[in-house]
Amino acid sequence: MEEPKIGVFICHCGTNIAGTVDIDEVREFAAGLPGVVSARDYKFTCSEPGQLQIKEDVKNLGLNRVVVAACSPRMHELTFRKAIAEVGLNPYLLQIANIREQDSWVHKDGATELAKALIRAAVQRANLLEALERREVPVTPSVLVVGGGIAGIQAALNIANANHKVYLVEREPSIGGRMIQLDKTFPTLDCSSCILTPKMAAVGSHPNIELMTYSEVEDVSGYIGNFKVRVKKKPRYVNAELCTGCGICMEKCPWKTDSEFDMGLGKRKAVYTPFPQAVPNVPVIDPDVCVYFEKGTCRACEKFCPPGAIDWDQKEETVELEVGAIIVATGYDLLDPSPLAEYGYKRLDNVVTSLEFERMCSATGPTGGELVLKDGSAPESVAIIHCVGSRDKNYCEYCSRVCCMYALKYSHLIGEKTDADVYQLYIDMRCYGKGFEEFYKRVSDEGVNFVRGKVAQITDQVAGEEEQGKLVVVTEDTLLGRMLRIPVDMVILCPAMVARADADEMARRFLINRGADGFFLERHPKLEPVATASDGVFVVGCAQGPKDIPDTVAQASAGAAEALSLIDRGTVEIEAATAVVDEEMCSGCKICLALCPYNAITFDEEKKLANVNDILCKGCGVCVAACPSAAITGRHFTDKQIFAEIDGLLADVKPPLVAV
Amino acid sequence: MVTGTYEPTIIGFLCNWCAYQGADLAGTSRMHYPPNVRSLRVMCTGRIDPTFILKAFAEGADGVLVGGCHPGDCHYLEGNYKAMRRIAMVRRVLEQFGIEPERFRLEWVSASEGVKWAKVVEEMTEQVRDLGPLQWWENFREA
Repeated sequence: MEEPKIGVFICHCGTNIAGTVDIDEVREFAAGLPGVVSARDYKFTCSEPGQLQIKEDVKNLGLNRVVVAACSPRMHELTFRKAIAEVGLNPYLLQIANIREQDSWVHKDGATELAKALIRAAVQRANLLEALERREVPVTPSVLVVGGGIAGIQAALNIANANHKVYLVEREPSIGGRMIQLDKTFPTLDCSSCILTPKMAAVGSHPNIELMTYSEVEDVSGYIGNFKVRVKKKPRYVNAELCTGCGICMEKCPWKTDSEFDMGLGKRKAVYTPFPQAVPNVPVIDPDVCVYFEKGTCRACEKFCPPGAIDWDQKEETVELEVGAIIVATGYDLLDPSPLAEYGYKRLDNVVTSLEFERMCSATGPTGGELVLKDGSAPESVAIIHCVGSRDKNYCEYCSRVCCMYALKYSHLIGEKTDADVYQLYIDMRCYGKGFEEFYKRVSDEGVNFVRGKVAQITDQVAGEEEQGKLVVVTEDTLLGRMLRIPVDMVILCPAMVARADADEMARRFLINRGADGFFLERHPKLEPVATASDGVFVVGCAQGPKDIPDTVAQASAGAAEALSLIDRGTVEIEAATAVVDEEMCSGCKICLALCPYNAITFDEEKKLANVNDILCKGCGVCVAACPSAAITGRHFTDKQIFAEIDGLLADVKPPLVAV
Repeated sequence: MVTGTYEPTIIGFLCNWCAYQGADLAGTSRMHYPPNVRSLRVMCTGRIDPTFILKAFAEGADGVLVGGCHPGDCHYLEGNYKAMRRIAMVRRVLEQFGIEPERFRLEWVSASEGVKWAKVVEEMTEQVRDLGPLQWWENFREA
């Protein structure tokens, strides 16, 4: 190996590092380390002039290794790799010492000492770094979009319109998601169906979109640019090719159950589409409700179906897809408010959730758009309870972001449909978006009672004449500093938006992380809001966190743009830090074969040696640590490099006495 | 022997996807915790060769902290399970060497658990500080 000539570049990061770490002391220390030919500092090493400083030194001083002591490698490793590559140095000849996130930001005393240790470790490791070649592999120019709500629809259309193939997988019988359940949308009061159904129809008829409803992603393998996806298609028992969507089967079917789409407020048949504008307009037969599956009789749908599309023999089907990128747009669940017993949901009549209220308001809903109580009469007063489970340490600490606004929308809708008095029970009104404050003003002017306070209880235990037959909202009015009892006919709860019940399983399937709130975690909250820990997998919409429709659509398009810029390139560079087997050392014990999670190791029966396929290898290093004859090297994380780093971290610590 | 000024040095082996990001998050959230842990990054806890841990003790570390993804959350599917099994072996070896078990810790820290990382470091620093400098040869003789 050539004589190492290491340049150390210490970043002040403004005062982020320099405020805590004594830069001069660290620089002088670094300059004296073995192999270091130059040590410099700069205000912002990641900036254009900062990078230029590195490039100039590589050229003028003939540096062959670069150590940057700055922020986390997860932040700027790629930036600096690119910079040194531009002046002809292999990008893997860079080592970052994380003296910001894991030093200056978390320590007051001892930050300078720690910085020295981290830089010494980085320098010692840099001495042993080796150049690696990144390989380019072709990209499959198609995208999988998981979830057919507004986020998935938007992303799918963007990609399909750019002339790329999209597979849109939705587990329900129709696309549309949460948005199609909504009646009006704030703050413009657009009818949700009116603005969404054209997009749904566009998805259904787009030549570049293969729509797979009533289907679920079962397994994902492969890597960026070349994923293999297994999709399970549940049987519809209706032949989609023959079905004309006439709906006669649904008319004739005698079996009913609660409609999931109407949040259990209305009924649907055993053969059903969730709602009349479903895309595709092909019903499914629910085998749990259809009596034919239990008793083998009825077949009313089959008898009346004009094109003879009912097919009892349909079986579950598994489809294998190959895609270059994946967009996860699986949406959210609404928190079930029943555990918040003080609000009486499911125990008291006329306490409903926001989505139930949306369905009531909808012209296609269970009440035909009429706002009625359980007994069929119109409410004279309605209370809307904000932050049910949101901003609550016991449930969800975060703000669900949309409730204030839809609660205001409800005030307006209630005013349109009835003469009821409306009470808004809020903690803080958060009307931050475009047109939101104006909408708040408008609804306030329409006449709403705002009460600031967290509701203590909703009860049917009445205390007086005026409370007879009413639900009583017990709350503190924190602006007036007194307790209130507000008798109303109907209570609408605004529950927190929560991660899907199966988010855990989904995160594992797509190898992405979840945040403390349970939603999928973006790679960087500001600069990589749709990328995830898995290259080539993007997350958009409410799967990433609560957001309104405009934000969801914007994010979906961002995800589509990221996916397009990946698949349009034609090729992608894959990880070079893979494992490699030294044939001289390999004893052919096969221990590594069983450990590899990607089946990247094969056994050459002729030579009796293990072989790593470096396209399949993701560089986790599990085989490296396991090999009993140390025949496997983990590139960029070799034993020697890691030992050197450990040495460097501890060089100022007196080793314990050797046993005497 | 243990003086008031004794500060232990602990080596942290952090996986790239969970614990390292969790530690970064503690930084971006400006949490404060003791500077006693000196960390290095590996892609996966499954990469951690037991010799790394022994090496750290041999070079003067008073403690070793391994941080990885929670079971089931491994970026490489199951590397953390493999680490868990190897580490069970490491514990036995350390014990036989006379190194107190409290000097070695395996913790699952997710990318969103900055608070947990800070807490783990604080706890472990205190724990190892209480034990005093590593004197495995003394314990070894006694054993």
